Amino acid sequence: MAEVLVLVDHLDGEAKKSTFELLTAARRIGEPSAVVVGAAGSAAKLKDSLAGYGAAKVYAAESEDAGTYLVTPEVNALVAVAEQASPAAVLVPATARGKEIAARVAVRLGSGLLVDAVDVAEDGSVTQSIFGGGFIVKSKASKGAPVISLRAGSVEPEQASGAAAEETVSAPAVDAAKSAKITGNEPIVGGDRPELTEASVVVSGGRGVGSAEQFEVVEKLADSLGAAVGASRAAVDSGYYPQQFQVGQTGKTVSPQLYIALGISGAIQHRAGMQTSKTIVAVNKDPEAPIFEITDYGIVGDLFNVAPQLTSEVQGRKG
Amino acid sequence: MNIVVLVKQVPDTYSERKLSDADSTLDRDSADAVLDEINEKAVEQALQIKEAGEGEVTVVCVGPDRATDAIRKALSMGADKAVHVCDDALHGSDVLATAKVIAAAIGKGDAPDLVLAGNEATDGGGGAIPAILSELLGLPQLTHAREVSIEGQTVKATRETDEGLTYLEANLPAIVSVAEKINEPRYPSFKGIMAAKKKPVETLTVADLGVDAGEVGLGNAWSTVTEAAPKPPRAAGQKAEDEGDGGTKIAEYLVAQKLI
Ligand SMILES: Cc1cc2nc3c(=O)[nH]c(=O)nc-3n(C[C@H](O)[C@H](O)[C@H](O)COP(=O)(O)OP(=O)(O)OC[C@H]3O[C@@H](n4cnc5c(N)ncnc54)[C@H](O)[C@@H]3O)c2cc1C
Ligand SMILES: Nc1ncnc2c1ncn2[C@@H]1O[C@H](COP(=O)(O)O)[C@@H](O)[C@H]1O
Repeated sequence: MAEVLVLVDHLDGEAKKSTFELLTAARRIGEPSAVVVGAAGSAAKLKDSLAGYGAAKVYAAESEDAGTYLVTPEVNALVAVAEQASPAAVLVPATARGKEIAARVAVRLGSGLLVDAVDVAEDGSVTQSIFGGGFIVKSKASKGAPVISLRAGSVEPEQASGAAAEETVSAPAVDAAKSAKITGNEPIVGGDRPELTEASVVVSGGRGVGSAEQFEVVEKLADSLGAAVGASRAAVDSGYYPQQFQVGQTGKTVSPQLYIALGISGAIQHRAGMQTSKTIVAVNKDPEAPIFEITDYGIVGDLFNVAPQLTSEVQGRKG
Repeated sequence: MNIVVLVKQVPDTYSERKLSDADSTLDRDSADAVLDEINEKAVEQALQIKEAGEGEVTVVCVGPDRATDAIRKALSMGADKAVHVCDDALHGSDVLATAKVIAAAIGKGDAPDLVLAGNEATDGGGGAIPAILSELLGLPQLTHAREVSIEGQTVKATRETDEGLTYLEANLPAIVSVAEKINEPRYPSFKGIMAAKKKPVETLTVADLGVDAGEVGLGNAWSTVTEAAPKPPRAAGQKAEDEGDGGTKIAEYLVAQKLI
């Protein structure tokens, strides 16, 4: 069976959930091989968890370059492995970094690039959701093995056992003149709430929330539901909530079981990031707010009355 | 300082965006076309860098005839001149082909010190072109920047992505893509709009760039769309006025839906 390369996204010795989703998707196409790019010893730490999701091989591309230069170490490693293994496909997470890595790998391999897939089929073709979920498209690579970036949360990770046989990759060193050096990092500290793109419930606040302090109303409801907190661009631009939580066309795309919009008008660019949510609930003072065009259940009212009441109802039910 | 800014004309996100029934490419006539907002920010950044020292800002755009409107907008903001690659053979080109054409267009002019782009186009943009150009031109990429500074031959950027902040540094020449929070683009002044009409715009074909026509266009793309369908619009559900029990009503709805 042909190999399928999966780029492992890891931080502090742990693989991210998206890696397990990629390994699961890779198994549909062929035999998954995990590619770990990191400092010396990274692969050994990750091996067990990768084996648990069916990785037959673990390619270790360990060097000081990893983490020192932006994307080029990952590109060099994936290309080196691909040239040797002739994989049926290369899978990376559709993060900002993953998309850039995929693009450069596709150029070097002369392969078709399939960006931000929401599903992957056995033949390496993909489904994409474009224009903020307005169109569903199927596409395939017409040249080479497809290089696919897969959106987080699109595939349910399923455990399987793999041998995770470790192989060392000798990738060429990074050309410092052609790479940007990483001089520092401030990773986002997750906090206690679930990751926005992975959460099954998202509660978002818009300009209607009125201030950074009052975002507490949004957070309290989110916490009662075990939800992630999101924000509209107007709320982010007004300084009510940090940019990393922006939902929409130029923010994150979320597709939870339940999305609750508080004080959000529902502009087309906001909808683009949330309209594929299973159930949408909104609270807005304005009965004409466009958000109501796509809500399953809407309350016309003041969020400062409705949201706290809902929070205590939810808390009450938990007993 | 020779600065190149890459701009793209995109369908206005306020209008309905569609794919054409015939070949599943972007239906450019169905929506108003505008200079992508993120590219206004790239132009703004180029102008700020130019104004802090000296230099020239060249706009490069690959797109159909009417993309001249987007180019004029960038020129009226203050860019000095433009290169417009416009050729029917480009219809349906994928990102790899588009990037090759942009790379050739950049290569045709004086070697740039800095190439500025948006981080991700709003029309199904893959957030890929700047990275591909970095690969093709052999330049370091400082992408998704929310802050950029140039000191002598060094460019520094603060990259902001879903992973957090990353501080980057490279020598010029380099390619920088800007993120949404980098700046507030200026409005073109009346004087700027008038001046833009006289600024040089060089229109080039694929052949002018020495790019093989067999490498671009729908039939030569590295990837193919096999099916496309609009998603049925969501229907509006129930809506109720809050009569002091709005929160309770939502809770009841969520219970009925087995969501809590
Ligand atoms: C290129 C481009 C990209 C964009 N990308 C994004 C994006 O990624 N994400 C995004 O969100 N937007 C994006 N936008 C902006 C978008 O067009 C809207 O401006 C934005 O979504 C509006 O945010 P809002 O709904 O919070 O604010 P507003 O439109 O001001 O709406 C506030 C709402 O709150 C209601 N309200 C006020 N007080 C209360 C109260 N006490 N109780 C209940 N309701 C109340 C009001 O009735 C109103 O409907 C983008 C725009 C462009 C042009
Ligand atoms: N056809 C094009 N002409 C000029 N620049 C482009 C074109 N397509 C993309 N770009 C640039 O690349 C950026 C990212 O686009 P993308 O990779 O398509 O998401 C855009 O914001 C532009 O700066």
